Amino acid sequence: MSSKYDVLVIGGGNAALCAAISARRGGASVLVLEGAPKFYRGGNTRHTRNMRCAHDAATDILTGPYTEDEFWEDLLRVTGGQTDEVLARHMIRESKDILNWIVEQGVRWQPSLGGTLSLGRTNSFFLGGGRAMLNALYLTAERLGVDVEYDAEVTDLVIEDGMFLAARLKRPIRGETEIRATSLVAAAGGFEANIEWLKQYWGEAADNFLIRGTPYNRGSILKMLLDKGVQEVGDPTQCHAVAIDARAPKFDGGIITRHDSVVFGIVVNKHAQRFYDEGEDIWPKRYAIWGRLVAAQPDQIAYIIFDSTVVTSFMPTLFPPIAGQTIAELAGKLELGPAALEKTITEFNAAVRPGTFDHTILDDCVTEGITPAKTHWARRIETPPYLAYPVRPGITFTYLGTRVTKEARMLMADGKPSANMFAAGEIMAGNVLGKGYAAGMGMTIGSVFGRIAGREAAKHARN
Amino acid sequence: MHGTRILDEADRLMTVCNSCRYCEGLCAVFPAMEMRRAFSDGDLNYLANLCHSCGACYVDCQFSPPHEFNVNVPKTLAVARAESYAAYAWPGALSGAFARNGLVISVIAALSMAAFILGFAALNDHSVLFGVHTGPGAFYKLMPHNAMAALFSAAFLYAILALAMSVRAFWRDIGTPIGGRADGGSIFQAIRDAGELRYLHGGGVGCYNEDDKPTDRRKLFHHLTFYGFLLCFAATSVATLYHYLWGREAPYPWWDLPVVLGSLGGIGLIVGPIGLFVAKTGRDPALLDENRYGMDVGFIAMLFLTGFTGMALLVLRESAAMGPLLALHLGAVFALFITMPYGKFVHGIYRFAALVRYAQERRSEAGS
Repeated sequence: MSSKYDVLVIGGGNAALCAAISARRGGASVLVLEGAPKFYRGGNTRHTRNMRCAHDAATDILTGPYTEDEFWEDLLRVTGGQTDEVLARHMIRESKDILNWIVEQGVRWQPSLGGTLSLGRTNSFFLGGGRAMLNALYLTAERLGVDVEYDAEVTDLVIEDGMFLAARLKRPIRGETEIRATSLVAAAGGFEANIEWLKQYWGEAADNFLIRGTPYNRGSILKMLLDKGVQEVGDPTQCHAVAIDARAPKFDGGIITRHDSVVFGIVVNKHAQRFYDEGEDIWPKRYAIWGRLVAAQPDQIAYIIFDSTVVTSFMPTLFPPIAGQTIAELAGKLELGPAALEKTITEFNAAVRPGTFDHTILDDCVTEGITPAKTHWARRIETPPYLAYPVRPGITFTYLGTRVTKEARMLMADGKPSANMFAAGEIMAGNVLGKGYAAGMGMTIGSVFGRIAGREAAKHARN
Repeated sequence: MHGTRILDEADRLMTVCNSCRYCEGLCAVFPAMEMRRAFSDGDLNYLANLCHSCGACYVDCQFSPPHEFNVNVPKTLAVARAESYAAYAWPGALSGAFARNGLVISVIAALSMAAFILGFAALNDHSVLFGVHTGPGAFYKLMPHNAMAALFSAAFLYAILALAMSVRAFWRDIGTPIGGRADGGSIFQAIRDAGELRYLHGGGVGCYNEDDKPTDRRKLFHHLTFYGFLLCFAATSVATLYHYLWGREAPYPWWDLPVVLGSLGGIGLIVGPIGLFVAKTGRDPALLDENRYGMDVGFIAMLFLTGFTGMALLVLRESAAMGPLLALHLGAVFALFITMPYGKFVHGIYRFAALVRYAQERRSEAGS
């Protein structure tokens, strides 16, 4: 076994595997180093379920066309313009072919899942979810002759003048603690599981964050690259956060700990006070703001409070709601001040104006005379049992990354392109996604730039 | 909570899965689950019997062990399924047969074959038992046709009665929310789904057995076994018609319909069970209900024995071995019949009923 590969891929998720497969198909010898054990391979890809690709016509599983322009407008809207138009439009154009290419790599599509009808036109769902998608990519990569190593933690990168030379390993692989390769593809994700790093921006509050993915998304490769002169992109202080159940495990609770019941009730903090308009916007946008809102509350905890009339209005939840026959009983179970919670709910109920409830549109059920107002879907909370979900910020991914070109080639801090270093996936997502998120975009970035990075890395190795 | 520990665990898993739904496209279990927000014992037994144990949801699940959510749907539903066989067994006094099923089946099979050999030996002269018999009615020199027909009809009718009572209890238990009788369309759909093992395919990727590669061939071997069994049953039925309608007595020439059907079926019943057994021994223990190994292997062995003794009888029917082989074959078939309601055979009955229920639910949902 040669100790020098044409292409070294660091990471083990969608972007890494697309890069490995594409490089191997381009004729390169490829080694994938996944820092996690085999079961936890794939980083956040484990928890994904769909990908957003442009397409000009309906397909077997997509209900209608989603043009490049529409995709671009959606991206512009969610990022508030914090995107690189050239790179983003390139990605969107390439995403069209990914719909077919990824199937050639063994991934299977299915129509949008129950409860996600709003994505039926824009997003293609993986049959069996993200881990099934990963399994298919790994099987294809191994069949093509890509070498894969698990528990392969990289401790250092040897980089000279923007040129990758070798990666040093924590434990030897085939007797080697240093792997040399002609090209590098860094596809090792962000740093969302690195609490110490998050604390640099969030302070002690980060101790109360729950991490939705595995504990292995520590951003060590990203840090090494930035320390060794790769140009950074994206706001380092920002991360994508949603409100997830406070009873969820610290790491890897995935999608099932989420709550989408905010619009059906009110949200209070530990002082039993409301702090934001629960009816501001419709799914999925409303889903994505609550992580940050809860992070700003004392002790980073909040409680979604509703009553028994709305229990069947949202998806069944992993953790059952906490119930009380009276507001005071519920407050006791939540360890909130009973008087304060009763006051908040009484005032809220008194402020609710009559309207026609419809949670699928921005309806006319509003409050009057309280601050903050609830501007849609406001209904009185008055039918026991009273119910609550405790929620905390659930961190999905981070925005800080390495700047890249259209060829997925890293740019050095001095603006020069690296000779042989490429990046794909979350580690460079900030180029396209400066902030915000729309379902399935992370996977689009991963597959499109993974495929490009692998192709370019192989091309470099052959020359 | 539920009556048993395994149903509590199945309930916990369905709650996890219902908040995820990534596996919705893999099979019928998850769409059926999504039609519910809470799960009664009957619901869980329905889902358990709807599961074909393809293993895909385990390999695809981001929360399967070693994840702390410890989601293992195939194994949990396999245990629940086996316990449901005992729970619905008729008469209830015999449900204990499922507890040590491998032992029960082996003892009954051994006793049955021994009884036929002893019976043949006691009722026939030595020269008849080991004689060479050819031509129409050769078999009946050892056991009169009417005795054979009466004995096997009684065993078969008992099996039908016990199975019918069992599946009736199951059907009532899984009846909510639709209840009532099965409609023809749903039954037809279930026949198609069962006939092609539609849900033993990992959602199209294939099934999983020894590892995380979808290389499993159980579907093929199950088809060989199941259609082999049906062909053998058809052979017997045709022969019975020959006998009573046209007075044509067995054995029949090799080209005649009962022999052709029986030979094809017999090959299926030999190759299929061997394949299923090999697949079972290689299967990842994580996916298996290991306590039911005896039940599974017992049934596989009974089918194999039936096929093997039948084929041996066909090949050697014109030799002196015919008498003892006939005894062995009849003993195997008799044991197979009377153990049908108390062994792995019932999986097909309950799964079919579950598929009918699923077809009904899909129709009801589409219509609403």
